[in-house]
Amino acid sequence: MTKVLTDTRSIRIKGRSFLALVLSPEPPLDAWLTRLDDLASRSAGFFLGRPVVLDVADLEIDRAQLKNLIDELGKRNVRIMGIEGGRPSLFEPGMPPAMKGGRPAPDIEIPAESTVEPVNAASAKAAASSAPMEPQAARAISSIVIREPVRSGQSVIFPEGDVTVVGSVASGAEIIAGGSVHIYGTLRGRALAGSVGNASARIFCRRLEAELLAIDGVYKTAEDMAPNLRGQAVQLWLEGDSIMAERLN
Amino acid sequence: MAKVIVVTSGKGGVGKTTSTAALGAALAQRNEKTVVVDFDVGLRNLDLVMGAERRVVYDIVNVIQGDAKLPQALIRDKRLDTLFLLPASQTRDKDSLTAEGVERVMAELKKHFDWIICDSPAGIERGATLAMRHADIAVIVTNPEVSSVRDSDRIIGLLDAKTERAERGERVEKHLLLTRYDPARAERGDMLKVDDVLEILSIPLVGIVPESTDVLRASNIGAPVTLADSRSAPALAYHDAARRIAGETVPMTIPGEKRGLLGKLFGRRAA
Ligand SMILES: Nc1ncnc2c1ncn2[C@@H]1O[C@H](COP(=O)(O)OP(=O)(O)O)[C@@H](O)[C@H]1O
Ligand SMILES: [Mg+2]
Repeated sequence: MTKVLTDTRSIRIKGRSFLALVLSPEPPLDAWLTRLDDLASRSAGFFLGRPVVLDVADLEIDRAQLKNLIDELGKRNVRIMGIEGGRPSLFEPGMPPAMKGGRPAPDIEIPAESTVEPVNAASAKAAASSAPMEPQAARAISSIVIREPVRSGQSVIFPEGDVTVVGSVASGAEIIAGGSVHIYGTLRGRALAGSVGNASARIFCRRLEAELLAIDGVYKTAEDMAPNLRGQAVQLWLEGDSIMAERLN
Repeated sequence: MAKVIVVTSGKGGVGKTTSTAALGAALAQRNEKTVVVDFDVGLRNLDLVMGAERRVVYDIVNVIQGDAKLPQALIRDKRLDTLFLLPASQTRDKDSLTAEGVERVMAELKKHFDWIICDSPAGIERGATLAMRHADIAVIVTNPEVSSVRDSDRIIGLLDAKTERAERGERVEKHLLLTRYDPARAERGDMLKVDDVLEILSIPLVGIVPESTDVLRASNIGAPVTLADSRSAPALAYHDAARRIAGETVPMTIPGEKRGLLGKLFGRRAA
């Protein structure tokens, strides 16, 4: 029998890119899951409804262990949309699909012991992003300015560079920037700087009341923040694996 | 020119329905033709607060579905002949409000009224977004506590995204109405301060309504508080708020504090 097409319009297929969170578990997995629980307990719902990709490229793992890991993450409401860096033999039907071709983000190595001067960071960043383009052109597209308050439930996602908000960021709102985050107002929600891998990104705000801060994947929740920084004008940056903060005057 | 007002909050139980009725009656007492519209399909309340529950024959869903004409569904207030109610349906579910239906009803109401006040359901779903869809002015009802303030903030974001005005690149005029304000608890520091709420939400203040048993008493006799006892503290606050919405400049007072202190707060404008 031949099928007769009654509707001959072609199906439209579009491409769209999303910014996914990438989790890279480290052995021993039990300890890693414990640390994840700790993060989740201080920042409830952070993974809820977000695309999460599991990066297993650097992980010695077999199929049973991978299945178990996905189940453990599922129990924590972390739903994996894809697996990156896995050998074909790791996959079986029913698992999230293998993903590849994730766009590598600029990654800047910082000498472990040196403190990062703002000037150095800026020039490192310009150098990193200027590879294919003129530095000036790269600069011209690498920032956005939001001229009004960012309200609860809104998220500003700008992997390409810096985000500046002229106004406050409400509790329950978030700014996710590939570069630095500048808030000329009170930061009550979340700010994630260097979110696609940029350890020299910084967070600046006129008044710190944040729920969560992150630079290049290193987190600090409200509870971890020094109480004397609350309500102050603050800048935050990364040194190794710790977020450093100081008052701006 | 008809003006559409949405009374909204995100959070339930903060005083939207009370405020819709009180502001509606206050505007109608200025001799301007006013209709209050209940968008809370399935949980209607406005008819009770207006004291019209035994006069409801048709409702907004009947009008949308073509079972009744708009004039058949409108209920004229017994005390004020410039005040009307368009009730919601208690038996249908929320999906019976369609976007096109609401648009038709609003267009027709605009031909006949000076003020159209939409009482929004709680939440941020369809019912709430349909209620705000055609608004020129939003009254954001907020209690001085953190969860209410955060929900209001969320709603303000939606007003800037999901309304017809926003889609045309225009702004909905936003007013903060602080309700259930308790001077004694404010004194003890058990509530957010007016100043803090204003700082967080950064929209202009249109009124502060005190927590008062007068509100309960009014709703028990089925009258908007501005009609039940127009000298009571909440009624005075709502009357002043209505005058500000109508464009008058009225000095603001914080209940329990000396007059004039709030001049600087009301003067503050943002967003
Ligand atoms: N200023 C006030 N003082 C005392 N009670 C109030 C006040 N405003 C509202 N209420 C009471 O709070 C409850 C919820 O009010 P309602 O207007 O129905 O809120 P919503 O429509 O936002 O759900 C009602 O019982 C109402 O009588
Ligand atoms: Mg209500």
